[in-house]
Amino acid sequence: MNEKTMMKNAGKTKGLHYEEPLLWEYSQGGNCGVDWPQAEGREPRTGVPERGKIGLPSLSEPEVLRHYVRMSTWNYSIDHGFFPLGSCTMKHNPRLNEKTARLPGFAHIHPLQPESTVQGALELMYELQSWLSELTGLPGACLSPSAGAHGELAGMMTIRRAHEQQGNIAKRRVILTPDSSHGTNPATAVMCGFEVRSISTSETGGRLGVEEFKEALYRTDPMGGDVAGMMVTNPNTCGLFERDIQKIADLLHEAGGYFYCDGANFNALVGKVRPGDFGVDVMHFNLHKTFSTPHGGGGPGSGPICCSEELSRYMPVPTVVKEGDSYRFETAEERPDTLGTLKAFAGQFGIFVRALTYMKSMGADGLKQVAEDAVLNANYLLSLLKDDYHAPFEGPCMHECLLTDKVQKEFDVKTLDIAKTLIEYGYHPMTVYFPLVLHGTMLIEPTETESKAELDAFVATMKEIAAQAAGENGHDKLHAMPLSSPRRRLDEVKAARNPILKYVD
Amino acid sequence: MRYLPQTDKSRAKMMDAIGVSSVDELFRDIPKEAFIDGLADLSMHKGEIEVGREMASMAVKNMDASSVPFFLGAGVYNHFCPASVDYIIQRSEFLTAYTPYQPEIAQGTLQAIFEYQTYIARLTGQEVANASLYDGSTACAEAALMAMRVTKRKKVALGSALNPEYRKVLEAYLHNLDNTEIIEGNPNNDTACLIVQSPDFFGNIHKYDQYRKLCDETGALLIVVITEVVSLGLLPVPDMADIVCGEGQSIGMPMSFGGPHLGFFACREKFMRQMPGRLIGMTEDADGRRGFVLTLSTREQHIRREKATSNICTNQGLCALSFAAHMSFLGESGFKTLARLNHEMACKLADVMAEIKGVRVLNETFFNEFVVQFPDGTDVNALLEDLATCGVIGGLALEGAKMLVAATELTTDEDIEALTGALSEVLAGA
Repeated sequence: MNEKTMMKNAGKTKGLHYEEPLLWEYSQGGNCGVDWPQAEGREPRTGVPERGKIGLPSLSEPEVLRHYVRMSTWNYSIDHGFFPLGSCTMKHNPRLNEKTARLPGFAHIHPLQPESTVQGALELMYELQSWLSELTGLPGACLSPSAGAHGELAGMMTIRRAHEQQGNIAKRRVILTPDSSHGTNPATAVMCGFEVRSISTSETGGRLGVEEFKEALYRTDPMGGDVAGMMVTNPNTCGLFERDIQKIADLLHEAGGYFYCDGANFNALVGKVRPGDFGVDVMHFNLHKTFSTPHGGGGPGSGPICCSEELSRYMPVPTVVKEGDSYRFETAEERPDTLGTLKAFAGQFGIFVRALTYMKSMGADGLKQVAEDAVLNANYLLSLLKDDYHAPFEGPCMHECLLTDKVQKEFDVKTLDIAKTLIEYGYHPMTVYFPLVLHGTMLIEPTETESKAELDAFVATMKEIAAQAAGENGHDKLHAMPLSSPRRRLDEVKAARNPILKYVD
Repeated sequence: MRYLPQTDKSRAKMMDAIGVSSVDELFRDIPKEAFIDGLADLSMHKGEIEVGREMASMAVKNMDASSVPFFLGAGVYNHFCPASVDYIIQRSEFLTAYTPYQPEIAQGTLQAIFEYQTYIARLTGQEVANASLYDGSTACAEAALMAMRVTKRKKVALGSALNPEYRKVLEAYLHNLDNTEIIEGNPNNDTACLIVQSPDFFGNIHKYDQYRKLCDETGALLIVVITEVVSLGLLPVPDMADIVCGEGQSIGMPMSFGGPHLGFFACREKFMRQMPGRLIGMTEDADGRRGFVLTLSTREQHIRREKATSNICTNQGLCALSFAAHMSFLGESGFKTLARLNHEMACKLADVMAEIKGVRVLNETFFNEFVVQFPDGTDVNALLEDLATCGVIGGLALEGAKMLVAATELTTDEDIEALTGALSEVLAGA
């Protein structure tokens, strides 16, 4: 430990808020947290000079452990409390999942071992594929995409591949998507070489309108012959189920397009409603949302896809097939129409183990209860908050509810102030300023793993914030929030104007 | 059901408050045909004991590297990880946090990833590093796409043997865009980038000078791909590259049948705004104290939508944390010793294998893996199956009766003996 750094920080820590230096400020040189055997000093056979100084810190084991534990205390997590981040499904992360993923037979196997030595791993993947297919009514399943956005890419490339193999890709260049969609949707369509045509939903109650859809579908071709497909999240990002989805899917299919469903909001439907039965051709899952695997401060996630019989031949490889009692990977040679490989090896296997552990724990009955409790919890919040905050769209909502700051703006209090005041009261804020269809949106997703008591306490806090906003000096009070968190509001403009992305001695 | 806190009583009270008599009224916007009749055709909920048993029964059917002599590499390596690392990443505050959108209560993740970016920048000799990508293969594809954005060119040249999995991913990503092409060999005046993997897929080590010169002559960007990050502790720093990317699994992640692993990505500062993925930057809070935030997000999909640099909206946060924690335990001397131990064990393996009748080591240079040649006509896949029957996981079969083998700091003299013993036996029997 560097003595100067220690002295510099002395007296700055308050209560449990440790002022923690960076590793390089800590290091005094000369320590090592791992005891290695002595190297023999053989003559290297690398044919190149040996690496010079790298500039890594040098610390002992207790110093490193303390560094990370102290930093961890600056984070809020689902294990701390309510985390109503809309579209993100911050539900309880069972620790049994962590335990099974660490079984040596899962953690310490290599993706290129002879298949005879990894039958249990292949069986697990096959079983997960089967569960996902059963829950969606879509028979094809590919687990390899690494995250939600990667699953979108896999889904859209599957559609692209289908048009390509059918000889239509030159004329089918357009992807339709509502303006409420996740930003990943249009970004993905562009990565697949498509053009994006956005459909406005702010004038149609937050839902896709059939007439608006038709206008977009036939805008440049009376038969919709230049449309490759559509990307729709359902339930959508306003927390609403697209009532006309079957009609819209039929129109799209008649025009020769495919329906990609963004499965980020599958928690509202799991075990109760099958997307394959409302016209979906291909969809992705976020195993880290619906199936309880931890978000880890921003990954690793996992974004498998399921698709219709028709599209299955185009999905990425590898997938697992069963022959008699044994399992193996299906290769590109066996499925020549495949779009190819989107990730080295078979996917985020460690996440598959966690997700299947959760699915087995919940079962068909438990998963259905998940959807029902998630939707019940969101509607409960909506019904108790709609008198204090502006609820723009008519209910019922699905697993998340949308509010705006329209009422509070009268007092010059904005969504950001409401969010930062929630932090002061020990909550992680809801998703703010998304979706973009209205100003000052707040998207609240409680998930099924919260009790009525927890929801009641949150409602009381939200009502208190609304009262403070309307009260004396409301703007000044809320604009200064948060006061008691490890850091107060951070200067993001400064960070972007003069980017400092690494430590410099 | 142990994960659900609501009870029938609380549900009834909530339905009263909402003003519905059944929960199905809340699902009324959904077409009737889409509802599952009753329950999905899957097993019912189960307790921890039963689920634990079912998962364990699948796990024991696999032959794992912690219980047998193990020599596979090819982009995924069997390394030691200090016990403390797993405790750190299992802290609730790291494990169950979201992407750090609210920096006031996410400084733990943000500072840890800022430190991770510093590690990657220093290891690769580059000016800036991002907060990580999915894995080495997608990082390589993103690097090629970035080079195409920077140079406005559409061809990608491969200068050395790229891991075939990486190559397949690169092909799939590029296929989406019109007029792209992958060529093998030298870049020319319409090439966006030259990709050089070193050590290459066959373990050979490449000098970067000649590749830099080719790039300077043609205006292509030099992308260096590293699939074994430990090699950076022994081999020269690739600081003459424009982009360095690759796989960080070796430091802090189990092999886990191929994922989750860690794509690292670093480049020159002048290309910073063309980078894919998340970035963490340093700033100050309202009281003037140092803090960290997600930054330069105007490159990203949630702001730019169809004009974003990539569709990526997350990183491999916990894997990056694991990497940084493991690296912190190692430090400068520990990391370099690790690299040396890997190389020395591979040298030992090469010497012993070269003595087996009918086996030849093909590499002149290598770090911790290399290619051996068996007699013509040897069915290497069958040989590997035979080895597995003897309780040894050998290397990877390559075309032409060859095998790629790796050694790490976990390889023991006894392991090498077991491999060579079993190999001699199998080859003699063939």
